[in-house]
Amino acid sequence: MALTEDGGKGRARVSLPPWIKTTALTLGSIAVTMLGLLFVTFIIGRVMPIDPVLAIVGERASQSTYDAVFLELGLDKPLVVQFGYYIWDVLHLDFGTSLLNARPVSEDIARVFPATLELATLGIFIGIVIGVPLGVVAAARKGSWIDQVARVLALVGYSMPIFWLGLMGLLVFYGILGWVGGPGRVGIFYVDVVPSVTGLILVDAALDGNWDVFKDAFSHIILPASLLGYFSLAYISRMTRSFMLEQLSAEYITTARVKGMSEWDVIWKHAFKNIRVQLITVIALSYANLLEGSVLTEIIFSWPGIGSYITTALLSADMNAVLGGTVVVGLIFILLNIFSDLLYKIFDPRAK
Amino acid sequence: MNTFAKLLTGVAIGVAVSVTSFSAVAETPANMLVIAHRIDDVTTIDPAESFEFAGSDISRNIYSRLVSLDPNDLAAGYKPDLAESWEVSEDGKTITFTMREGVTFHSGNPVTAEDAAFSLQRAVILNKTPAFILTQFGFTAENATETIRADGNKLMITTDKRYATSFVLNCLTATIGAIVDKQTVMANEVDGDMGNEWLKTNSAGSGPYKLDGWKPNESVTMSSNPDYYGGAPAMERVIVRHVLESASQRLLLERGDVDIARNLNPEDIAGASKADGVKIEDELKGRLMYLALNQKHPELSKPEVRQAFKYLIDYEGMRDSFLKGQYTIHQNFLPATYLGASEENPFSYNIEKAKELLAAAGVENLEVEIGVREAQERIEIGQSFQNAAAQAGIKVNITVGTAKQILARYRARELDVYLGAWGPDYPDPQTNAGTFAYNPDNSDAAQATGLLAWRNSWDTGGLTEKVEAAVVENDRDARVQMYQDIQAEFRETSPFVIMFQQIEQSAVRDNVMDWSTGQAVTSAAYWQVTK
Repeated sequence: MALTEDGGKGRARVSLPPWIKTTALTLGSIAVTMLGLLFVTFIIGRVMPIDPVLAIVGERASQSTYDAVFLELGLDKPLVVQFGYYIWDVLHLDFGTSLLNARPVSEDIARVFPATLELATLGIFIGIVIGVPLGVVAAARKGSWIDQVARVLALVGYSMPIFWLGLMGLLVFYGILGWVGGPGRVGIFYVDVVPSVTGLILVDAALDGNWDVFKDAFSHIILPASLLGYFSLAYISRMTRSFMLEQLSAEYITTARVKGMSEWDVIWKHAFKNIRVQLITVIALSYANLLEGSVLTEIIFSWPGIGSYITTALLSADMNAVLGGTVVVGLIFILLNIFSDLLYKIFDPRAK
Repeated sequence: MNTFAKLLTGVAIGVAVSVTSFSAVAETPANMLVIAHRIDDVTTIDPAESFEFAGSDISRNIYSRLVSLDPNDLAAGYKPDLAESWEVSEDGKTITFTMREGVTFHSGNPVTAEDAAFSLQRAVILNKTPAFILTQFGFTAENATETIRADGNKLMITTDKRYATSFVLNCLTATIGAIVDKQTVMANEVDGDMGNEWLKTNSAGSGPYKLDGWKPNESVTMSSNPDYYGGAPAMERVIVRHVLESASQRLLLERGDVDIARNLNPEDIAGASKADGVKIEDELKGRLMYLALNQKHPELSKPEVRQAFKYLIDYEGMRDSFLKGQYTIHQNFLPATYLGASEENPFSYNIEKAKELLAAAGVENLEVEIGVREAQERIEIGQSFQNAAAQAGIKVNITVGTAKQILARYRARELDVYLGAWGPDYPDPQTNAGTFAYNPDNSDAAQATGLLAWRNSWDTGGLTEKVEAAVVENDRDARVQMYQDIQAEFRETSPFVIMFQQIEQSAVRDNVMDWSTGQAVTSAAYWQVTK
């Protein structure tokens, strides 16, 4: 640590190393973002026309029961005070108790988030593994049949309602062909068979060495993950194609070709290398969207994920659950942003 | 590029091969019952607090009560359960129950009269939403230990006045009448909550099933209680899976991955009914769909206008179209299958008759607002009524809103007309008579928001006294006649236009026998089911 003298006034100033400043700035930015997110969500929750008291006591409750719960929830206090209490609890890692199922919100989120994480990760994996090569090939063979196929796939992916496609997929691959498992994370024979270590059933089954459960869980996840993967693929392949076309028309590519470099090297060692940073942004955004939870996919496939959890909570005025879920989703976006920034610095020296 | 083509082909083949190597399960095991159901309304499974449909289903199978209803013979009414017998004192205020010997809780603790007294006292003292089912007999937190007491294997409950014994016992068959294991519950008490927090997510019963787990919005699993005094159930394991989407429920049923699908929409019911190995079972439920006319409105309070509205409902048209299979015509406040229920449905769709009645009342250019909660079937009923009313010269403005918006105005007596649904709280006719036809104080200051008659500012005339008389009548036949008389008068004089009664259609695999959703009077039972 370097000390500098402020000789005239006799006061010392501490010059912090850059990494500490960066970290402090990042943490400060996270804190302000989270506070703003919580505040907006909290206010929306309070002004929306759903009565949290009625949601708990029901239509039949007497006025005295209603009033008792109203006071119990602290709804008689000013909004700012209510928000202050909430922030205080969050700082103590207490998201409160779900108004509707009486469980700690943190427990609920620990249960539903791994389901979404597992689905989203497999979905984005499919999206990347197929979408990126498809986009590159489509750009390299612009106007060819594979380019046309990629464009049609992307167009269908953009325009097809996920609800309809999900139901059709379920009807064909589960209902008619019986190739995959039905709605839910596992079949009835395998419910709670392997101990929950990570909450990710595929991982837990592998850790337990129970390959029957693994196969069953895989047969249940493959269809919704493919569905989500397809929608990610449509976006990723289209963006990859667009980025690649821009690079392939650049002068340095012409130079590389003139120098006799192979087409493989031109595309992968030059053009693709230069779109990695842009692709990271696209993939990170796609992944973040999937991690928010795809409500419709979760409904069709009875997938107990965070999307349907937050939606149900919102419609039921369970604001503790909504705020808890919002914190998690907000954190996901922030962490993915930070991760993207780190990758930028690795792939692009100019970003350092 | 060839490499990429190979890579894509490889991925496609890999996915196809891995996917095709799995085959779906064709049938659930013979000793297991799997149900697809919407269970997102379960907020607690503490019987002193639980008041939702899916929660009541759980409670009914986990807890025994002093008296209960036989799912295979619901019409017979209450029967002995944990109470082997009972006697009523001469003044009719004290009922003494003799407890069944040799029954144990799932914990292994014996079921005693002390447990029964604790359970009822606890429900009264906690005073959660369904507590009124017990406190209407005069039990309070202050007097609970004197009015509900145990002595040896006897349990005595003393009400504030004489009531029909059938009324008291019917109320004890409700979820709040469940008997909990005092020792287990109090071992989990926190800050004097009588185990409320713990029982919200755990169980301490003696019923035919033990709760293995409840994952909100995901599943409920139960296993049979081998020591159940009534004999271990045939279905050793019951799994209720939360499946929100009707089409998904139907697919699961038709593939044989579930035995029962409980929330199919009319289109999926029609489709499932044609599938091999599936049958459709209908049961009348307690929910009634009704219109209510606020009697503070000068025109709506005229008897002829009240009658006219009853002729402005296209009962058959709605039943046979968008309500097909889901509702049947019913024009009385007691749902069919209830003690004292009436099958009289005198009103039909008759615009001319309505016009005559309106003319007789001297009503012209009437304009009213009707409040409807945002549910598709209710909005469609509202629109049908709007069309019919327009033909009779009444302008109806439909206000659609959330429960908070509409109910708040209804409870504050501000709506002209309310279109809504009502379901009974316990299997006794008093449950609906005491809200539709009972209103001892019609003043605004009374704030009797729980009474539908009060919400509509309706002074019921002599009906309040007749309801009070029926609730203390001990002769069953006489009581039935009293409720039929009350309903006959109610049909003609009340500002309520009762239209439909709900039907629950379950799609069931055809090897499942004795399935019961509990009809209008109670909840679903699993222990009598066989395959």
